[in-house]
Amino acid sequence: MPDSAIIIPSILNGLTTGGLYALVALGLTLIYGVLHIINFAHGALLMLGLYAVYFLNAQFGIDPYVALLIVPPAMFALGYGLQRGIIGRASHGRDENILLVTLGLSIIIENLALFFFRSDTRTVDTPYSFDVIEIFGAFLPYPKVVAFVGALVTAALLWLLMSHTDLGRAIRALAKERKGAQLVGIDADHVFAMSFGLGVACLGVAACLLLPSYYVNPQVGGGFVLIAFTIVVLGGMGSFVGALVGGLIIGVVEAMGGLFLGESLGQLGIFVIFILVLIFRPTGLFGAKA
Amino acid sequence: MKSTNKLLVLIVVFGLIALAPLLITQESLLNIVIMTLYAALLGQAWNILGGYGGQVSFGHAAYFGTGAYTVAVLQIQFGINPWIGLAVGGFAASAVGAFIGFCTFRYGLRGSYFALVTLAFAEVLRILSNSVDFTGAGVGLLIPLERSAANFQFLTKAGFFWVIWAMTFAAFLTVWKIGNSRFGAQLMAVRDNEDAARALGVDAFRVKMGAIMLSGFFAGLAGVFYAQYFLYLDPYIAYGAAISVESLLVPIIGGMGTLFGPLLGAAALHGLSELSRAVIGDAPGISLVLYGVLLVIMVLFVPRGLAGLSSHLRVGKPATPKTEEGKGHA
Repeated sequence: MPDSAIIIPSILNGLTTGGLYALVALGLTLIYGVLHIINFAHGALLMLGLYAVYFLNAQFGIDPYVALLIVPPAMFALGYGLQRGIIGRASHGRDENILLVTLGLSIIIENLALFFFRSDTRTVDTPYSFDVIEIFGAFLPYPKVVAFVGALVTAALLWLLMSHTDLGRAIRALAKERKGAQLVGIDADHVFAMSFGLGVACLGVAACLLLPSYYVNPQVGGGFVLIAFTIVVLGGMGSFVGALVGGLIIGVVEAMGGLFLGESLGQLGIFVIFILVLIFRPTGLFGAKA
Repeated sequence: MKSTNKLLVLIVVFGLIALAPLLITQESLLNIVIMTLYAALLGQAWNILGGYGGQVSFGHAAYFGTGAYTVAVLQIQFGINPWIGLAVGGFAASAVGAFIGFCTFRYGLRGSYFALVTLAFAEVLRILSNSVDFTGAGVGLLIPLERSAANFQFLTKAGFFWVIWAMTFAAFLTVWKIGNSRFGAQLMAVRDNEDAARALGVDAFRVKMGAIMLSGFFAGLAGVFYAQYFLYLDPYIAYGAAISVESLLVPIIGGMGTLFGPLLGAAALHGLSELSRAVIGDAPGISLVLYGVLLVIMVLFVPRGLAGLSSHLRVGKPATPKTEEGKGHA
């Protein structure tokens, strides 16, 4: 039984990792909350964002945090186009079809990345990559703390956008009552695409904050997909608070699992939570009704 | 097509395929036929649950991997003959299907939720097989080379051909039978409208359990075949996402809920990947990019798959989302 000198830093470390996960999950929950679609290409799009940040840094020497001004808007445009051009047309009345189309997109994106970038794992080299910050006796990597704060800020901004802007009101109206929203003149296709674009833009933010403490290769998204789904399901589909709390919980569960069960078996906790929540409480912690 | 005609076509098609080892002397070409039949078996397994039952699974690797690991572990750890392992592997995979089905259908998971949970189950199995010793953990299992028919390790590709031919034929006959049975009618009724089916007295839970166990059985057989054919397994091969994706790609491209769909889909996929290899060369990822493009195109424009496309061309009527079995026998 490890003592508290190991457990507390491990929990804090888990919380910061959880912040990163929450950032990835925010986009997913936004897309689900409005469009009621499960975007399986989420991990692949995150990978694309990470490559964008990497190449901006490697080619033009742009710091990942400065790339926040470039990558999220580009990802927004990509998401808008994808929803408008492909995903929005695919459902034929069955939500499984969207799942399949986004699966197809993720296969395409991942393997194109494999073709163009090869399977090498790449990292960025920033002056602060190995800086640490001491909190409650735990030494936490500086980039992870920044990402944690970034997750909180992003969630707050999303909440402001949804509650205080016309776009947010239109999004919420569409999510609640599609026909009624269209009757009062909301352009559904446009707003759906805006929501999808916003969700993908969140991945752009996540990519900029993630890369200084992480790496990128064509398969990197796969690991995030199920974790992000788990967080969204645990927190309640469509809930921003849920995504934040869910992300933190999953981060801690993963850290504790790794501590007590070892690196390999440690991931098991995440999937077991996923299965149990879906079976016994599919609305999640903060979800509305079934 | 009438059901007896379908059976006739099925027998003729598999009869023609059976000529392959007599006509094809090149081992590498016969290998393509074998891999196509294997993909058709895997796709038909998925088709039972996903096409006829409407339960889209993202985790068929759970059954495939269980079949593969069962035959390998029985041989390596217990010295049990792989022909016995073949049967045990099929039933073990079926049992995993029963477990997953019980956990999900019992609590009414449908649609995308079902798909995600099946994916999570496959991941759990992958992590477990990556962590325990008797599956060789991350290193994987190497089945010792002892070439003999009695040992399910044939000297020539033709031997493997006959095994996969028989297993795939059996799967297709089973699905033909499902299409003409009370069970099949109930299964398709549950797919088309579960609430309505239940209102008419269909025990939806029991019907879906039957489908997932049958589906798991045939996917497990495919896993056993894979293990004996390649003699190597690791957690990513057995329980990785690639198998889950291949097993759903085949019937979706060929035509979900149709008898011949998986065969058409398997032939199309393998034809395409051979073609791309010939044209573009062995660049990593390119054949998978084509798979992805095909999947998106099929779901967007041809939701009934190639089988639906051909009947659409023949009859000249617009394709409807219902399958022909759904209209004919339900």
